[in-house]
Amino acid sequence: MSMGAQDQAIRTGRITRMFIYVVLIFFALFYLLPFFIMMINSVKPLEEITGGNMMALPSEYTFAPWVSAWGSAQIGVEATGLKPYFMNSILMVVPAVAISTVLGAMNGYILTKWQFRGSNILFGLMLFSCFIPFQIVLIPMARVMGTIGLAGTTSGLILVHVVYGIGFSTLYFRNYYAAFPTELVRAAMMDGAGFFRIFWRIMLPVSGPIAVVCIIWQFTNIWNDFLFGASFADLDSMPMTVALNNLVNSSTGVKAYNVDFAGAILAALPTLLVYIVAGRYFVRGLMAGSVKG
Amino acid sequence: MARSDRAPQDLRTVLQNWLPKIVLSPSLAAMLIFVYGFIAYTIYLSFTGSKMLPSYDLVGFENYARLFGLSAWTTALINLAIFATLYIVICIVIGLVLAIFLDQKIRGEGMLRPIYLYPMALSFIVTGTAWKWLLDPGIGLENTMHLWGWESFEFGWIKDRDMAIYTLVIAAVWQSSGFVMAMFLAGLRGIDNEMLKAAQIDGASNWNLYRRIVIPLLRPAFLSAFVILAHLAIKSYDLVIALTGGGPGRATELPATFMYSYTFTRNQMGVGAASAVIMLMGIAAIMVPYVYAELKEQK
Repeated sequence: MSMGAQDQAIRTGRITRMFIYVVLIFFALFYLLPFFIMMINSVKPLEEITGGNMMALPSEYTFAPWVSAWGSAQIGVEATGLKPYFMNSILMVVPAVAISTVLGAMNGYILTKWQFRGSNILFGLMLFSCFIPFQIVLIPMARVMGTIGLAGTTSGLILVHVVYGIGFSTLYFRNYYAAFPTELVRAAMMDGAGFFRIFWRIMLPVSGPIAVVCIIWQFTNIWNDFLFGASFADLDSMPMTVALNNLVNSSTGVKAYNVDFAGAILAALPTLLVYIVAGRYFVRGLMAGSVKG
Repeated sequence: MARSDRAPQDLRTVLQNWLPKIVLSPSLAAMLIFVYGFIAYTIYLSFTGSKMLPSYDLVGFENYARLFGLSAWTTALINLAIFATLYIVICIVIGLVLAIFLDQKIRGEGMLRPIYLYPMALSFIVTGTAWKWLLDPGIGLENTMHLWGWESFEFGWIKDRDMAIYTLVIAAVWQSSGFVMAMFLAGLRGIDNEMLKAAQIDGASNWNLYRRIVIPLLRPAFLSAFVILAHLAIKSYDLVIALTGGGPGRATELPATFMYSYTFTRNQMGVGAASAVIMLMGIAAIMVPYVYAELKEQK
């Protein structure tokens, strides 16, 4: 990658470099360990886990735990597996990410190129709203959801995630558009281009990198959310994280560790996939943002 | 003809001027209601005698007095102090060391970086599940060590009242330290190499180079890392639920789990609201100066 290519000023001796490699590899193993353990134990028969070594490779491979976690494990009253909850999460995350990203792009565009009195204070309020502990809005949100009839529905969760996602998506687009030459926008205005036309023809075509960052961020956050899901969803709209927690922490019957591990990987798969496919753009975008401080 | 430029604004121009504000208004309204309105509502509730349902009879500071009289809340605060301090310090140390090491023209950097970073893509519920079994003495690390012949090895922290809080630190550090590494790495890559070369020609050792020049230059990255980690620590809820469920006993209770249980399962909404207000104040104490500095700098 391009960053590694730059000239390095620090010179290190042989022994030091050995030490550096040892430390780096040790931490690589530390980060990989839990995922490795989840993987190998999700394809073992249960007896091999309870009676054997968690670190050992399976002596007998079986995909039954995966099949069970996906399609037949007991989550709620019925043994449905995680499948319906996985679908709930998809139905929730796609519109929530789309809406909050579009709103964020529009807001960022307005807050940088159509500034008005007080727009900076507004931005400050939005910035602060990104960091509030959600416990402070939990009670009124539960009330409002009940009143407008969205309690226990996927639409309700979409609303929650859009509302509390706007802060971050606006933040990303605002900081990105702030670096975009305003003269170009001015010139387009002189030529008679209007608000939407400028957005569509000038801002949107250059928004790729930041849109990727925003989408990955929102997707990860919304998919991984547990608090809102646990507070506002019922059995029909329960997202994946809540279902997984129910599966893992249910106290009835024999603990099927292998099914738990398979379920955990299923819950991690979408965000891991997004990370593997688009992660480098995310890091690059984040880095571009944080270098400025 | 120049005079006609000053003709009264037609509808189109007026609309053009208002359009940005109209487009912004739904987001603005949502923010004012769902963030600031809700904050105000919760603050109000914290001064009422709300139990299972909100009530509107004011009781003054009674909830706050009760809150700080509860041993569960004291436990939650002490736990948060232990957890947050260790979590922030360890994440920053590991993140900084990994970033500095990774910055030494390391072969395989392109492979190592994603390995360090992937945990941040996972939900705390997944992270908690994985570590729960790893730390479980019956089937996890302890059992493995026994099977490998190290019979005296003991690692039952997750079942130990005094030690369980540290298992939260392990799992949380595992999840976030790679992200902190990325922030420091970005900071390091932003430092002008010519300056370092000049210092090296002047005879500065690597150790002094980092201590005197590089680390002070990373101040913004330190600040961002601290702010992000501190606010994550105060909000921590998912990890506790997945890893220990707050137990054993109340050993891993944090303000976030306290708030949830008092509000929704113990029917003490007033006390729950008061605890949420205290959490907000904790985060505001860190965030307000940060947001203010950020805005001032951008002017």
